[in-house]
Formats: sequence, structure tokens, C-alpha cells
Amino acid sequence: MLLSQLPVGKTGEVVAITCSGLMRRRLLDLGLVPGTKIQTLRQSPGGDPLAFNIRGAVIALRLDTASQVKIRLVK
Amino acid sequence: MKGQPVQPLLRFGIEKADSPVVALAGNPNTGKTTIFNALTGLNQHTGNWPGKTVVQARGKYCYGGQEVVLVDLPGTYSLLANSVEEQIARDFIYFGRPAATIVVADATCLERNLNLLLQVVEITPFVILCINLIDEARRKLIKIDFARLQERLGIPVVPVSGRTGEGLELLKKTVLEMVTGQLRPSPKQIIYDGEVEGALHQILPEIKGIVGDDATSRWLALRLLEGDETVVQGIQHYLTTDPPPRLEEVLA
Repeated sequence: MLLSQLPVGKTGEVVAITCSGLMRRRLLDLGLVPGTKIQTLRQSPGGDPLAFNIRGAVIALRLDTASQVKIRLVK
Repeated sequence: MKGQPVQPLLRFGIEKADSPVVALAGNPNTGKTTIFNALTGLNQHTGNWPGKTVVQARGKYCYGGQEVVLVDLPGTYSLLANSVEEQIARDFIYFGRPAATIVVADATCLERNLNLLLQVVEITPFVILCINLIDEARRKLIKIDFARLQERLGIPVVPVSGRTGEGLELLKKTVLEMVTGQLRPSPKQIIYDGEVEGALHQILPEIKGIVGDDATSRWLALRLLEGDETVVQGIQHYLTTDPPPRLEEVLA
């Protein structure tokens, strides 16, 4: 499944990042490497962006960015 | 490029550096500025980075009879130049050649901070890892093996609490030892996979011929392999001997 489809409160584990170039670099710099646990914390009123807990920091990602991250549901 | 490059620090708005310049880098919200304030007190100047709408804070402090100029870099997660802040931080560390760079990391989420540290260590060996917020980490029952971290990284690691001032004495002492050359760290180099290392091997002799043979040519080669054009602009801007064109000449 994609990170953009992870419901609020659920936790996933990064499987792959499908984009390339600067955006890929950016996501890796934020700590989104395969195996990283990530939890959806909040959704903004319009549904975009979403807030995630990534390695102890709250990071907001737009849906089009979050959909570039493949995850596996944990638990 | 050949010959003596003009004082690169001038291009960063630092007029004369009789005293060693030390850069302060780190992720956002790690207490970098708290440490900057604790070290320099009221002895600081605030301005902008030349040509950028990003705040530059500069300060001085004296320790052991040695004056040190401290430059607070913008908080970044990375140095790979996705934003103006990252480019400033990277250009300062690479082209400005500070005598030492302090990387401030948050003890409560150390792992996410070490990415930036490893990037800085690729540029320069003169790095001190300053682990801040140790008081908060203790409260959260986080235990950090500083000695083991120091051994694995090959650079000095100093635990501090910017808020209480704990560890700042050791930080100043470590900075002094590094800028006076008593302390020469030998960080572990990151070895990439065969393909990358092979390509590096091919272009490195040529790059060394242009910028000189020092530890940082490997970093430059890696950026060029990535196709990073901002680093080429940086070379033209910071390492050319010619003064920038005057306005009248541009308009003529």
C-alpha cells in the first residue's frame, strides 16, 4: 500500500521510495529509508497534507509526495 | 582556479578573520542557537548571508586566550542543496573552510541527526559532534554510549545541555584543541558500492588536478557524479580569483 493511504493512527513500515531525484533525496534525508516505521498522526481539513511521525519528528507531506512511498501495514 | 584563491570567507560577508572561524551546523530545533547564545553571549552580529534572505548570526568568544569567531548556519536536515538554507550551509562548510565545524544533534532523536553529521564529515574531517539536550534525554531515560559513538565515528563527541550550560566548558576546550591543531580527528570514510567507487576512481585524478589534492576532492567528485549543478556554480562563485564584476561594467 501507499503511505498516502495509511489511515490516521495506523503504523506502517517503509518498503520502497518510488520517486527519483531531489524528492527522493529529500525523503531519504528526512529518515524515510526502507524499514523505517511511520505513523499517520493527523489529516488537515481538506485531506491534504497529512502529518506523520517519522523517527520522532512530526513531518507533513502532501498526498502526491506520500503516494511515492510504498509501505507495509504493521500489526 | 589556479593560484591563490581570494579569501573565500569574504564572499560570505566575513571581512577579516584573524581568529579561527568555527561553523555551527545542525538539524532544525536541536538547540543550535541556544548553544550559540550560550557561547557568545552578547558578543554577536546579525545580518544576512550575502545576496540571500537568510539570517546570518556571527559571534565571538574567548577561551584559553584564543578568540574564536562562531558562525551560526541555518538549520538543515541535509547538505544536498534542495533549499537556499542547505546551499548556504554546504557552501560555507566547503568553500568557507572553517577551522572546525560543530554539528549540534538532539540527544532525544539522535538517529535522525546523524545523517547530517555523516554528510559534514564527508566534506571536512574537522568536525565535533555536540549532542545537545542531554538533560531531556536523561528524563526520557535515553542512554547514549558517547565513548562508543566517538570511537565509531572517529571524531570528538561532546554531550552538552545548552539550557543548563552543562558540557559547554568541554565543548570550548575541544574547539580550542581543534583550531590549534592539537586534535586531528580521523573520521571513518564512507565507502559506497563498487559502481560508485569505480566511477569515483575514474574522475578523482582529474578533479584533484583542478582543485588540489585534499580530503575534500572526494566529496566534490561525489557531488559531480550526482549531477549537482549548484556545486559548479559554487566553484565559480567562491573559488575564482577575479573580483565580481562592478555594476558600471555590467551596465556598460
